[in-house]
Amino acid sequence: MPELRYLDALNRALHEEMARDERVVVLGEDVGAKGGVFGVTAGLLERFGEERVIDTPLAESAIVGCAIGMAVNGLVPIAEIQFADFLHPAFDQIVSEAARLRYRSNGAFGCPLVIRVPYGGAHGTALYHSQCVEAFYAHVPGLKVVAPSTPYDAKGMLKAAVRDPDPVLFLEHKRLYRLLREEVPEGDYEVPIGPAVLRRSGKDLSVFTYGWMLHETLRAAEMVRGEGVEVEVVEIRTLRPLDKATILRSVAKTNKALVVYEDNRFCGYGAEIAALLAEEAFEDLDGPVVRLGGPDVPAVPFARSLEERWMPDAERIAEAIRRLAWY
Amino acid sequence: MYYYMILARVLDERMWQLQRAGRARFVVSAPGHEGAQVAMVWPLDRERDWLVPYYRSLAACLVKGLSPTEILLSVLAKAPDPSSGGRQMPGHYGSPRLRILSGSSTVGTQYPHAAGIAYAAKLRRTGEVVVVSIGEGGTSEGDWHEALNFAGVHRVPCVFCVENNRYAISVPVRKQMPVESVAVRAAGYGMPGVSVDGCDVLEAYRVMKEACDRAREGEGPTLVEFRVERLSPHSSEDQQERYRSPEDLEAARRRDPIPAFGSYLRSVGLLDDARDQALWARARREVDEATEDAEQAPDPDPATLTRHVYHDPDPDRPVDSVYWFGGE
Ligand SMILES: Cc1ncc(C[n+]2csc(CCOP(=O)(O)OP(=O)(O)O)c2C)c(N)n1
Repeated sequence: MPELRYLDALNRALHEEMARDERVVVLGEDVGAKGGVFGVTAGLLERFGEERVIDTPLAESAIVGCAIGMAVNGLVPIAEIQFADFLHPAFDQIVSEAARLRYRSNGAFGCPLVIRVPYGGAHGTALYHSQCVEAFYAHVPGLKVVAPSTPYDAKGMLKAAVRDPDPVLFLEHKRLYRLLREEVPEGDYEVPIGPAVLRRSGKDLSVFTYGWMLHETLRAAEMVRGEGVEVEVVEIRTLRPLDKATILRSVAKTNKALVVYEDNRFCGYGAEIAALLAEEAFEDLDGPVVRLGGPDVPAVPFARSLEERWMPDAERIAEAIRRLAWY
Repeated sequence: MYYYMILARVLDERMWQLQRAGRARFVVSAPGHEGAQVAMVWPLDRERDWLVPYYRSLAACLVKGLSPTEILLSVLAKAPDPSSGGRQMPGHYGSPRLRILSGSSTVGTQYPHAAGIAYAAKLRRTGEVVVVSIGEGGTSEGDWHEALNFAGVHRVPCVFCVENNRYAISVPVRKQMPVESVAVRAAGYGMPGVSVDGCDVLEAYRVMKEACDRAREGEGPTLVEFRVERLSPHSSEDQQERYRSPEDLEAARRRDPIPAFGSYLRSVGLLDDARDQALWARARREVDEATEDAEQAPDPDPATLTRHVYHDPDPDRPVDSVYWFGGE
């Protein structure tokens, strides 16, 4: 099996899906000759032509809005938005249109499309190229929101997203693109949208996380292992719909829960997990549910000193684990 | 054409009666727009082509194939309402069978959808034409401009219609746009723009026919502005006497497209009093029967509240249970 980077895994998935199904089209800014700002759509234009690999005008609401129309009329569009921060101009089309089309037509019209978007803090990406936007969208019924964090999952979940009958917001953490390699099978396989995954088994405490924070959390779990703390790590790679069962099962075993996410802590995605545990796992808990999130400033500042202070990382996660473990 | 205009007018009046009688909770309609809307849909193939309507598209949807009963089912928010099963306010028409795209209330969002549907039609070489409509106020929205730009670049088979009744609720057109006519904006998007008197049904039809033919022949999109009158308030929540002068309202009434088209038909010998009365009587009968049918239809079952949020082969499963599909 070849070792692939996250972005290559996505690229393979796109090539395979476009070859498998001629209804699949890719659209966005610079997705053609340039192959996307991060290279995820490389080679598609040469292979599938400019009718199916559409360099669009610089207009995010139109990218999503036109994709909705394409989906309604028999295509399977995969829209790329260059950075999650620039998804906001399309917020209305995603929330009020794509996510609602099925409900508002009483099930008559579906909207099978995928919106791929890089998100999250990476070095030097600063305020407008680093936001975490998952909380805005996971809030919305009718939309599926996924955030795979390994090359294997990236390929399998993108395929699942393309074949899903509902609109899927596909979040790709920027730090993952080139930093991570993993064996990824050639050819077809799906990683289903929905199930969370147990990344590490432990008995003392559960950490629920996703995206880049998964990797920081796994490092933190190694750090505290020497101190006798066995951490269980559950990756919530589908943010909506949420696999409650896996989360509740883990807490029933470890009796303690830490939620780690990169987004601003206040009203962030972790609040939903914390609320779920408070409501449905109260009797299993031996300590408070703790949230570790990014600080409540707009996004990662540019200067190195500020950036380093901003990023939640393994050390900080380990510190939170220790505090909760000794509770 | 004339009959559909009459039918829309009678249905329109019935909607307001139902609202005043407390049986309809909200009404939005379009007396004055009938001529433009009938002309707009007339050139379309009813089965193959698409209509992406807005909340005033009553006559357009009738021509496309929604029946008066189906319209009234949505006015009364009944379970068999084909547009939304009572989920949306009246005026949010939709039907996959008739290729009428379901719309939201947010002004302008349907424009990119129409461009996308047309792009798909072009790519799939289906020969379909897409007609989308909006009011002139809606042309201030970013989505409107983004869609025209996309459509102009890709030369998609879409006719972009604007029903300019000079008011966006209470805001007059001179406070809505700095140009005289919506049609001049077409130049910015590389497509022809035509402004036509929407109260002149045959002229409006001629323009639409030409635009649809262009689209079908692969020559790309057209922007068509219909100058029409809004004879009613914006909706049942509005009183237009607050912001429109009696002279303005009177002038609008004089441009009512139905008598205008009627007298044209008389002048060419296609209509006389007896035929005219018969048409109105037939429309009243049709709407009476539709009202009865719609009133007898059941209300939506509250147990269906959580259905159709996601695609679900088992529609009786409550929506929260999708949480569990990855679990045990
Ligand atoms: C994005 C958005 N903003 C505001 C509204 C409230 N609203 C509904 S209709 C309307 C006026 C639209 O006027 P116009 O486009 O000229 O169409 P008309 O009603 O005159 O046919 C407004 C402001 C809305 N539905 N959507």
